[in-house]
Amino acid sequence: MSERPIKVLIAKPGLDGHDRGAKVLARGLRDEGFEVVYTGLRQTPEMIASAALQEDVDVVGLSILSGAHMTLLPRVCRALRDEGLTDVLVTAGGIIPDDDIPALHEAGIDRVFGPGTTIGEVAEYLRSHARSRGDA
Amino acid sequence: MTSAEERGRDLAERARSGDRRGLARLLTEIENRTRVSEAALRVLYPMAGQAHLVGVTGAPGAGKSTLVAALVRAVRATDRAAAVLAIDPSSPISGGAILGDRVRMQEHAGDRQVFIRSMASRGHSGGLAAAAADASAALDAAGFPFVFLETVGAGQSEVEVASIADTTVVVEAPEMGDEVQAIKAGLLEVADLVVVTKGDRPGAQRTAAQMRAMLSIGAADHGAADAGPDMSAVEHHAAAGSDVSAVEHHAAAGSDVSAVEHHAAAGSDVSAVEHHAPAVGPDTPDTAPATHAMSRGRRRPKRPQVLLVTAPTGEGIAELVEALDRRLAARTSGALESARLARAAAQLDGILTERLRSRLHDPRLGIEVDHLVRAVAGHELDPYEAADRVMERVAPAR
Ligand SMILES: Nc1nc2c(ncn2[C@@H]2O[C@H](COP(=O)(O)OP(=O)(O)O)[C@@H](O)[C@H]2O)c(=O)[nH]1
Ligand SMILES: [Mg+2]
Repeated sequence: MSERPIKVLIAKPGLDGHDRGAKVLARGLRDEGFEVVYTGLRQTPEMIASAALQEDVDVVGLSILSGAHMTLLPRVCRALRDEGLTDVLVTAGGIIPDDDIPALHEAGIDRVFGPGTTIGEVAEYLRSHARSRGDA
Repeated sequence: MTSAEERGRDLAERARSGDRRGLARLLTEIENRTRVSEAALRVLYPMAGQAHLVGVTGAPGAGKSTLVAALVRAVRATDRAAAVLAIDPSSPISGGAILGDRVRMQEHAGDRQVFIRSMASRGHSGGLAAAAADASAALDAAGFPFVFLETVGAGQSEVEVASIADTTVVVEAPEMGDEVQAIKAGLLEVADLVVVTKGDRPGAQRTAAQMRAMLSIGAADHGAADAGPDMSAVEHHAAAGSDVSAVEHHAAAGSDVSAVEHHAAAGSDVSAVEHHAPAVGPDTPDTAPATHAMSRGRRRPKRPQVLLVTAPTGEGIAELVEALDRRLAARTSGALESARLARAAAQLDGILTERLRSRLHDPRLGIEVDHLVRAVAGHELDPYEAADRVMERVAPAR
């Protein structure tokens, strides 16, 4: 295999109990050729960071609907940094108002995907921004 | 070139010293079959061989991940560390994969003494067993006394992977209509232990009884074919739960049992069933030579123990861990010998195949593979002559 698949962790931080969107994204990315680790609901920032570390993923994709993104997402970024995972691409999707995006960038989220984003757009972004595997 | 070697040695050192990130990076190199991983494995392999490598395989949804989570819980309760390598199939169309086994293992997420890694099966056919063996060796050398290897018991390569383990646990769920399919898939043939999961479901005990009956018949067949010393297997008693009739046993096995004397005691006391299997002895002492392991694969116990568990509540898990520990304790008496010989043979085989393939495409050797393939397709060249021409370049006979 000449091109190695990009490995993505899809995680749902926080307490909301819906993971339909996250599952649709996981399947969509699988169909786009990504290796997708799915961890399930109600992940603490520490759980997400330790899964990202053990799985050595290239991307952490955070799906959040609870409205708690301004507190949770920066905490996930901090947990990732605490584990030394500074070269992992971090994205977020869900219901996030435009006004909050600059602060999230500041906190370490590389890209926020709005509600209308297609899987194809996500895939394209990840392909052009994820670290290439094997180096570093 | 030296930098790959240096990086490999560095990752090996980090993995050894408990650096989890280093270990995770090393596993990525192993998955990618790189020179870095080769260099690391050269360092780590002599330090491995301490862990008990337990393969867990079975149909999708059978309860493998839930079982592994419960096993890890039990192992941690005895203050031992545990690693999990969970392999899921890659899509043959997109090359992507969904690796979802961690979902059932969330209780261990914060535990530094548990390391869980998902792996996609990718395209590499024989290479998957080699990659899984390397990854297990790395986890072993990193100091985990238990390495659980979860694979879907679907394709041939997955079954192959399950059978590189020291102990292969075949998982069956009740009422999935799998009892006969398991035999077809050759799954039960690779079992050292059979675990019937979801003990809380109706029909679980019935499934366990069916498994025992089937395995007994299998043992009888083996006994006759090999003319082995264990002739007691020819005449045996399969005890069954109250809801199983002797007729169903015959039907479920679907094989000719008239050759053996087969008594299905349809008793109502299931606890009698529970005690039956261990009394038979879970293992056959084995002194197979390496060449035997290479040519015919490893030997299995004639009658694997069948255990009934309910993983979420932990029921039956202690017995399973005991059975695993018993197998490992028997290591010195040679019970695991054939499993390890078979693994070593598979590793060597996988690496030789990989090496041969990479040489095939090494431009310095100037093998015109495409040209040869076309000639064979056009019947201008027979495939054996083509192979000989390749071999002459790759590894000339002296
Ligand atoms: N009732 C019951 N359900 C179980 C048990 N073990 C697993 N399950 C369920 O069976 C499904 C598949 O389990 P999983 O461990 O993911 O199976 P795998 O695909 O073989 O790894 C899940 O919905 C589990 O919750 C059990 O002991 N009892
Ligand atoms: Mg599973």
